[in-house]
Amino acid sequence: MQWQSLSDFFAMGGYGLYVWGSFGVCAITMIAEPLLVKHRRKQALKDIRNNYLL
Amino acid sequence: MPVLSAYFAALHRDLLLVMRRKTEVLTALFFFVIVTTLLPLGIGPEPDLLRKIAPGAMWIAALLATLLGLQRLFAADYADGTLEQMVLSPEPLSILVAGKITAHWLVCGLPLVLLAPVIGLQFDLPADAIGVLMLTLLIGTPLLSLLGAIGAALTLGARGSALLVSLLVLPLYIPTLIFGAGAVESYIAGLGAMGHFSLLGALLILAAAFAPWATTAALRISLE
Amino acid sequence: MINWFKYSAPSTFYPLAGKLIPIFWTLAAILGAVGLYISFFVAPTDAQQGEGYRIIFIHVPASWMSMFIYCVMAFWSLLGLTFNTRLSGMMSSALAPTGALFAFLSLWTGALWGKPMWGAWWVWDARLTSELILFFLYIGFIALQAAIDDPRRADRAGALLSLVGVVNVPIIYFSVKWWNTLHQGASVSLTKSPSMASAMLWGMLIMALAFWAYTIAVALMRARTIMLEREGNTEWVQHLPDVKEAA
Repeated sequence: MQWQSLSDFFAMGGYGLYVWGSFGVCAITMIAEPLLVKHRRKQALKDIRNNYLL
Repeated sequence: MPVLSAYFAALHRDLLLVMRRKTEVLTALFFFVIVTTLLPLGIGPEPDLLRKIAPGAMWIAALLATLLGLQRLFAADYADGTLEQMVLSPEPLSILVAGKITAHWLVCGLPLVLLAPVIGLQFDLPADAIGVLMLTLLIGTPLLSLLGAIGAALTLGARGSALLVSLLVLPLYIPTLIFGAGAVESYIAGLGAMGHFSLLGALLILAAAFAPWATTAALRISLE
Repeated sequence: MINWFKYSAPSTFYPLAGKLIPIFWTLAAILGAVGLYISFFVAPTDAQQGEGYRIIFIHVPASWMSMFIYCVMAFWSLLGLTFNTRLSGMMSSALAPTGALFAFLSLWTGALWGKPMWGAWWVWDARLTSELILFFLYIGFIALQAAIDDPRRADRAGALLSLVGVVNVPIIYFSVKWWNTLHQGASVSLTKSPSMASAMLWGMLIMALAFWAYTIAVALMRARTIMLEREGNTEWVQHLPDVKEAA
């Protein structure tokens, strides 16, 4: 390990904005995407119950 | 030969239809002229700069003008049922499609080649460079018609088809743009344009072989 | 011998996918954890780029995935057009948004990597420009399918488009490389990475595998949802436990 402290880790040798901007957006999108799919699935199930089940 | 006569029949019919609506042809041409006029207005009239951007600018205007013309390739025939007749006819659909694409090029592409010297003068391009430009357009505009036909066939009757065709087809146009404009720039820089022309020619041959076939497949998908 | 054709119908594929999804999420989590650990704690600080180069552990895997997914879509497209199976079209449609996401991440991380290293948020190098065009191809596919109302026709049109696209991608990439070398000569390449320590290669590889597992999980989820949307009027859907529960 090369990080002396937690603040070192966040600073990323001065590149913190870029590194965390990258990993952060990656994490956000890869959490948002499955959530959106889940939402779409819920909507589809609702439509089936409303339209097709007697 | 029935195949050849089918080709010429389709070609002849489309040209006849265009002749009855000459304004449509002229609209595409004027679009080309207007776009190429907008560029100096947006960038500035400095001759050195204009000479530099001329090949790319004129090529982009050619792309956009061709895209405009694609609307007419299948839409009218689709609307009045002629297209279905063509699909059902005993003639091979790809031959009829090839005829229609040729008509599209004659109406939308070839005039751009002939207009190029006039526009080239607006950009103060030297005469030999204009010649190279015309040659690239001569080889490249059929490519644009061929590739564009695939997009037009895929988006038949789809919502927002005009913009959608542009979105689908412009990425496919990028190699043609790069080699076409690049040939002129390379020639002006004294590096020779043979490499570009060979690649452009190769692309044209590939497209001529495959695009009518892909367009036919797309038409069958859109018409079922 | 597994009878693959048994699973080519949505009604049998749906429960199979349902069992596979948690497996791939678990795989993605484990691979992601290992990959991130390597990215931050094993891979050494780079001599020239300092800590900023660590973006590579997302940028390169995302690029790889965006291209790989496009090829997989083309594969499903070919299968769908040849055998006229419904499932193939659903798989392509399920994969497209994820592929577009990775293309976007590749571009985003490319910009964030380029700014501190080369001073500009965007450089017209061959790889980045090709990635941008690939992103347009994904958007075109999604837009085409959205514009066509009939799902079967949308599937087939999308399939043809992705086959035309996959054939054009090498041509586009070649032409962009050509354009790039002619115009910039000794061009700066974002992808001429620092000489790779093996830890860096492992990190990228494992992150790529994590992204791959993630893609399968999300695509299977989306494919199941597409099946629900399209086959709502069928018996097998109406008898699904997911539909019956929590009315």
